[in-house]
Amino acid sequence: MNILNVFVIIPVLTVLSIMLVKDSRSVRITAAAGMSLQLIAAAVLAILFFVQRKAGMTEEFLFQSDITWFKSLNIHYAIGVDSIAVWMICLTSLVVFAGIFASWVVEHLSREFFISLITLATGVFGFFISLDLFTMFLFYELAVIPMYLLIGIWGSGPKEYSAMKLTLMLMGGSALLVVGLLGLYFYSASAGPVTFNLLELSKISFPIGMQRFFFPFLFVGFGILGALFPLHTWSPDGHSSAPTAVSMLHAGVLMKLGGYGCLRVAMFLLPEAANEMAWIFLVLTTISVVYGAFGAIWQKDLKYINAYSSVSHCGLVLFALLMMTKTSINGAVIQMISHGLMTALFFALIGMIYGRTHSRIVPDMGGLMNVIPFLGVAYVIAGLASLGLPGLSGFVAEMTIFVGSFEHTDTFRRVITIIATLSIVITAVYILRVVGQLLLGPVRQKEYLEFPDARWYERLSVVALILPIAIIGLYPAFLSNSLTDAIGPIVARLTSLF
Amino acid sequence: MESQSFYLMRNELALVGMALILLVMEIFTRPDKKNGIIPLAGILFALITVIGFLPLPEGRLFGGSFITNSMTVFMKNILNTGVLIVLFQSYSWLKREENQGKIAEYFILVISTLVGMNFMISSGDFLMMYIGLELATIPMAALAAFQKFSAKSAEAGIKLILTSALSSGILLYGISFLYGTTGSIYFEDLAGRTGSDPLQTFGLVFFVSGMAFKISLVPFHLWTADVYEGAPVNITSYLSVVSKGAAAFTLMIILFRVFSTVTGVWQPLLYTLAVATMTVGNLFAIRQDNLKRFLAFSSIAQAGFILLGIMQAGEMGMASVVYFMLIYLFTNLAAFGVVAAVSEASGKERISDYTGLYRTNPRLTLTMMLALFSLAGIPPVAGFFGKFFLFTSAGAKGYYILVLIAVLNATISLYYYLRVVKAMMIDKSETPIAAFRTPWPMRISLLICLAGIFLIGFAGFIYEYITGISFGIN
Repeated sequence: MNILNVFVIIPVLTVLSIMLVKDSRSVRITAAAGMSLQLIAAAVLAILFFVQRKAGMTEEFLFQSDITWFKSLNIHYAIGVDSIAVWMICLTSLVVFAGIFASWVVEHLSREFFISLITLATGVFGFFISLDLFTMFLFYELAVIPMYLLIGIWGSGPKEYSAMKLTLMLMGGSALLVVGLLGLYFYSASAGPVTFNLLELSKISFPIGMQRFFFPFLFVGFGILGALFPLHTWSPDGHSSAPTAVSMLHAGVLMKLGGYGCLRVAMFLLPEAANEMAWIFLVLTTISVVYGAFGAIWQKDLKYINAYSSVSHCGLVLFALLMMTKTSINGAVIQMISHGLMTALFFALIGMIYGRTHSRIVPDMGGLMNVIPFLGVAYVIAGLASLGLPGLSGFVAEMTIFVGSFEHTDTFRRVITIIATLSIVITAVYILRVVGQLLLGPVRQKEYLEFPDARWYERLSVVALILPIAIIGLYPAFLSNSLTDAIGPIVARLTSLF
Repeated sequence: MESQSFYLMRNELALVGMALILLVMEIFTRPDKKNGIIPLAGILFALITVIGFLPLPEGRLFGGSFITNSMTVFMKNILNTGVLIVLFQSYSWLKREENQGKIAEYFILVISTLVGMNFMISSGDFLMMYIGLELATIPMAALAAFQKFSAKSAEAGIKLILTSALSSGILLYGISFLYGTTGSIYFEDLAGRTGSDPLQTFGLVFFVSGMAFKISLVPFHLWTADVYEGAPVNITSYLSVVSKGAAAFTLMIILFRVFSTVTGVWQPLLYTLAVATMTVGNLFAIRQDNLKRFLAFSSIAQAGFILLGIMQAGEMGMASVVYFMLIYLFTNLAAFGVVAAVSEASGKERISDYTGLYRTNPRLTLTMMLALFSLAGIPPVAGFFGKFFLFTSAGAKGYYILVLIAVLNATISLYYYLRVVKAMMIDKSETPIAAFRTPWPMRISLLICLAGIFLIGFAGFIYEYITGISFGIN
């Protein structure tokens, strides 16, 4: 059996066993066991993948298998992964793993909570292993139900409003996707039977008129999930209302789904339109990058700060993709992974701090470093990674992106690259300010002195996320070299026109 | 004509036989033993449903007025399954004091309408189709007014009969134009002769309008919400699934058979109707608080989606419509089943009454939630597949803008379906509907529906089978 199926089967089995076990304690343990298994499977997949690559398997996607599903429509359950997908799967399983431990204390309807959370994760895993666009879309949509319930039931603040806004905006995005996907599907008839298969579609050169019409549907459809300005407004509300694990998973992984889709589907399959329209979206993403960073400065709520910072960082992902050089796309993928890890870490820490102080408003708190040093230090590390300190993953990603973007010689791209680099400075402002107000200084309130430092499950969650951030920061060569085999063909297709 | 060719009418004959048996039973049963009719009718109907799945040869009767082929048999099986579920759901309602004297009546009326629908689907000329339509409509009005002492129910019956009369008139008027210009009412003769004659276009428009009343397409939908609200819940679910399905099937078959040469006329017509129906249905559904009215408008919107498949005018379109109806049947009956169960136990039918239902009745709530997500077209439930294939059909004709409008409408519909989910799962209530035990027939029907909702989407072979027996304009 194909190892990739494991990534759908384990979560489904976990959900089924959660339904059967008795009390909330065994629910937690089952969920943790299932997701630990998933993490191990992801590690095994990564090792197998790179062993096969070493052994000289040069196909674009490895571990392919194909089951016919709806024969007359030529819809298949087709799976396969390239190195980007492998890293995304590793990232997802790590974030879910950390998310389970970060929500160890959920008592209210905990069974339903973990079922929804793992169903959400199933959708993400399925998305990354799919080669057939129908299956991919199916898994993408699978996330809708659990997302709404998770934010609506276990969220905080204006949770009903946020849940509805997030769900509807993302559904609107998938509405655009449906049109784009059907366009690809029916125009593939020019080269044999109609198909949703990504690999077969990538061999077709679509007429330019068709590309012009459908590219915006696909790019904006996925872009909404990647917080493309001005359609990013679901992100601050949604992420700040969501419970900890959902914020982690959503900002950490689901927003990457948008970037991955933009690259894999919209740009890869419709390269000419991508080149033609890149400037429009480059302007929008530059706005995302800078506006998101400025937005974060004005916020007082820790979650809002991080949500706006996510808009800025995910904007940078789309920005780098649209620059379409090998280096910049490489940087974009590293940024996806790096941001996924650190934003998950941020949200986990915010959840843990909130669990103690019952407040997320920065000016109300202070001196936390004295009472909860472990969480404090972890927060500082996440912050430094976010502002791009050398030695942590954020630096590697942003450096690669900006170097790659500056490779272009035309004035427009150079100017917006310079504008986008401004975000680094602004990021430093809001990160350092929060660190200063929240962690340093005298302890503001007396009851803070009784706070316990991180529990074992919290430490586990935090360490699981910090380790890879540091590893990528210290030894990025392995990650960026491993990506070349996936990015090579994409860039070749994107730039074959010149 | 050989006597064995009557076997082609197996389903209709069996249903008529069942109605007669029940009539005789009604006469010879003592008033205090009337309850015994319910299980008998249930068993008989279940038998008929099962027999329906046995193979049947293709053929035609009465000089081509009655046609049996694999597609009509399959459509009838869909309707039979729907009615069987409805009968399960009406079990405890029928046992009520107020319905004691009318048990056999209920079954006979339901079966008469079903026979009418079967004749509509199998019809090979307009006369047969019209007789079937009337047979399907007039007993329906009696069913809608089943609760004699409820003013709303009586109102529903009257509204249904008046609008039906009007729509039948319009339909007949349209048919008379076709007859006048071609001299025939047989679909086969008409197929070659319909052209761009303005009188025929006139006839086509009137015919589509008449059918649009039955499927409740906008702007012919005004009766729907009132009738759905006034009629007993089981009748409403019957109306919204079985009756609507039969009318949609008939419209599709006749458009494909008779008007195959004038697709240029009816495709834009359906395009407009589809956009209006989806949008108006959705926008009105947002404002409803009564769940029956809510589901009425939701079913209007769903009818708009069906038109996307009909418009494709090919095998793919027919397959997607039939597949969608099959899924819609299980989905909508699950939703109505929950409404019926709650209404039966507590008498409450408003969305605001459902707040906090998850705490007291988690299983019913989950059933309702899955049904609503299936209606909205969200995976893993089957509604996703049904809708996606309808969109695919429309895309095959190049109607990408229509697909966009449809998908945006699906997003709007998600909003109001989520309102109900929010009330049940998220909102907290001081006085939720108390926990109750659902009667066993209802539970069985809901289990069947849930199995359908979960399995049909993933079972690719069902779609392949439907595609295999579909036909279109070539």
